[in-house]
Amino acid sequence: MSDAVTTRRSRRQSRGPYGRLGSALNELDDRVGVAKGGRSFLDKIFPDHWSFMLGEIALYSFVVVLVTGVFLTLYYVPSQALVTYHGSYLPLDGTSMTEAYASTVNLSFAVRAGLLMRQMHHWSADIFIGAIVVHMARVFFTGAFRKPRELNWTIGVTLLTLAIVNGFLGYSLPDDLVSGTGIRIAYSIILSVPLVGTYLAFFIFGGNFPGTAVIPRFFILHVLIVPALIVGLVGAHLFLLVRQKHTQFPGEGRTERNVVGSPMFPVFMAKTTGFMLIVAGVTALLGAFAQINPIWQFGPYEAARISYAVQPDWYMAFLDGALRIFPSWSFHSFGYTIPFEVTIPAVVFPGLLFGLAYAWPAIERRVTHDDALHNLLDRPSSRPKRTAAGVAVLAMLSMLFIASSTDVIANFFHVSLNTVLWTMRILVLVSPFVAYPIGYFIAKEIHATRGGGRRKTVNVVERTASGEYVATPAPAYGDDVPTELAPTPVPTFITPPEAVPPTDPGTRTVDR
Amino acid sequence: MSQMSEHRTPVSIQGLAADDPHLAPAARHPRLVERVIALNFVVGLVLVIGFGACYWVNAAPWTLGATMGGGLFFLGVGLVAWGKYLMPRGPFVEERHPLASAAVERDAFAAAIVERGGGVVKRRKVLGGLLGGGLGAFGIVALFPLLRSLGPLPKGTLFHTDWRSGTYAVDQTGRRVSVGELAIGSIMTVFPEGLENTDRGQAVDQTVLIRISNENFVTQKGRETWAPQGYLAYSKLCTHLGCPVGLYEQQLQLLVCPCHQSMFNATNGAIPEFGPAPRPLPQLPLYIDAQGYIRAQSDYHEPVGPGFWERS
Repeated sequence: MSDAVTTRRSRRQSRGPYGRLGSALNELDDRVGVAKGGRSFLDKIFPDHWSFMLGEIALYSFVVVLVTGVFLTLYYVPSQALVTYHGSYLPLDGTSMTEAYASTVNLSFAVRAGLLMRQMHHWSADIFIGAIVVHMARVFFTGAFRKPRELNWTIGVTLLTLAIVNGFLGYSLPDDLVSGTGIRIAYSIILSVPLVGTYLAFFIFGGNFPGTAVIPRFFILHVLIVPALIVGLVGAHLFLLVRQKHTQFPGEGRTERNVVGSPMFPVFMAKTTGFMLIVAGVTALLGAFAQINPIWQFGPYEAARISYAVQPDWYMAFLDGALRIFPSWSFHSFGYTIPFEVTIPAVVFPGLLFGLAYAWPAIERRVTHDDALHNLLDRPSSRPKRTAAGVAVLAMLSMLFIASSTDVIANFFHVSLNTVLWTMRILVLVSPFVAYPIGYFIAKEIHATRGGGRRKTVNVVERTASGEYVATPAPAYGDDVPTELAPTPVPTFITPPEAVPPTDPGTRTVDR
Repeated sequence: MSQMSEHRTPVSIQGLAADDPHLAPAARHPRLVERVIALNFVVGLVLVIGFGACYWVNAAPWTLGATMGGGLFFLGVGLVAWGKYLMPRGPFVEERHPLASAAVERDAFAAAIVERGGGVVKRRKVLGGLLGGGLGAFGIVALFPLLRSLGPLPKGTLFHTDWRSGTYAVDQTGRRVSVGELAIGSIMTVFPEGLENTDRGQAVDQTVLIRISNENFVTQKGRETWAPQGYLAYSKLCTHLGCPVGLYEQQLQLLVCPCHQSMFNATNGAIPEFGPAPRPLPQLPLYIDAQGYIRAQSDYHEPVGPGFWERS
């Protein structure tokens, strides 16, 4: 360059073999130092298994919630001031309503793509929480929460709690007849807390129900405070995932000390970005074709009016079911009241449920005395007691979910509400005790079966030139070959499976 | 056959030769896969442009969702297929490096905290105590503006409604309700006059007025004068969770809360007959004045709505 003449060619040569992008990366590395860490990040290996996508569904539906939510904040007015509606939805013309409700109706009908965005927002919120629950079940049943990942389990349970809270807050914001009744019920639940309930309720709502503060306060919680917590914890969740590396199922070449799978760049990045587009696309299709929460049909909230046969969003249903079937046991003593009929199903029960979720890794460690680090996952069948416990809790929650529709069930099947009520009471109490042994024995049976829980391999039959038929078993799928590493250590509370003589994976015979 | 039986061991992605079979695409027929992916991308592109067009012409909402959703879906499927079939098939392996540090580093870390910190803090216990006390006091004091300003204290608000001796019962439009208004067996919602359109009137004072024939109802002790000419008034707030008890089963004369199906016997002091509600609906004592208007004798004699700690 000393001759001070820069030609195109000399410029290109000075950039080195990786061209313009390469030299830009060099400039960045000079200042920030990205090359070493960046390369190992791009080379990072992600194990492939369909069940690892469940957490991705949660993450990407959260992205959809954020994007559509930002759109909604541009048109939604968080105010309980009364206005008279004169918008494009004629059946409500001249009705007195809060600005919150009016703006929600407006953004549904008068804003282009507004209805789609609102429906996508609602759908993706429901999918978000659903995906968290299913992801959590995957982590639970495969033992992915064990050391060293207890902290990430705790973060995950907190995320589920926050997601449910924020779902309820968002559901309340349109201030329609159904959501307003939901707020009323939430107020009464807070009121039922012993000792401090009335103070809590008055401080949260700014006075007696309904007050004028609840919609603005729920709004700022819903769009800023809770989402900020969720974003922060999702960041921590993913940071720990990267730092501790992903778990993997046992299989060929997979050990506690390695990760087998696809590299971050480009394979995983392509698959996961494509999956994000699919999640967003499916949500948009739901928003287009599956109506959700048509608030204009419910009308604005009026405290003295009520709608019939309404259920809350799906993630609140287990609480509603518990409230429906719990008996009317109010406790009075020394001039004080504890409304057991509300406190136990709506405060104590969810407290115990989430407390159990938080405490599970510690409980299991106490039982198994297992202090080892685990990077290989359990198959659900190889831990029958844990699997059975999970199945029992899910069975009970499913029954509570169904119990939130007692009136609809009674109407639909033309049976008395009393019959439905008592059936659900019995089912909720009995289901975990029925589900536990069933889960336990199925898991044990699968575990005792040779090759149980694995896909069968095919026999390939070939005809030789002389007309002889030869059957050769095809090689097993990568994940299916039993690893030489037994899950370590085998806890004492499980009967170890019958020892299987080591066989060459290629010669395993198949009964068909 | 050769494809199927080919056995590949996982390798590290670093330092692989360009022709390493691990870097070859997974697809058996890459050209075909490429065409299928291209088709997905083309359909996705067309639909995404269609989304813009639908938005431009302000088409029906479902067309917006269908084009956007379909477009993103096909682009996504194409990209996933690209990653799955045309990118290095691997499998690749990476070592896990133990998260735990060496014993020397652990000790040094703990020593830095315990010894250095101990040297600073333990030797100056008074200073540490004062600083901790100051920050702790601020933490507690700061709770007051943070929490206390959020709302008024409950005090007696939950124990009273706005019904007073002589208050007229009015309907939602503010019209006074007079005797003869209701046929026997019918029901309406009333409010204290002047509060029918306020939050508090709607949420706290809402009262259900029922007219029952004089013969077939049980009068509670001490309430003999509360229901003149068969007019009975109960708080409309369910004693379970405060939903409006909005349904009336005329045949069985049950007031029904649609939220959790509590049922109250209207002819017998609104005693709960079914469901999770623990208490009867409080009854409002009524009288009929000389002009024939229905008015309250007094406020409710007990708190309305759901239970709470201070309620005796």
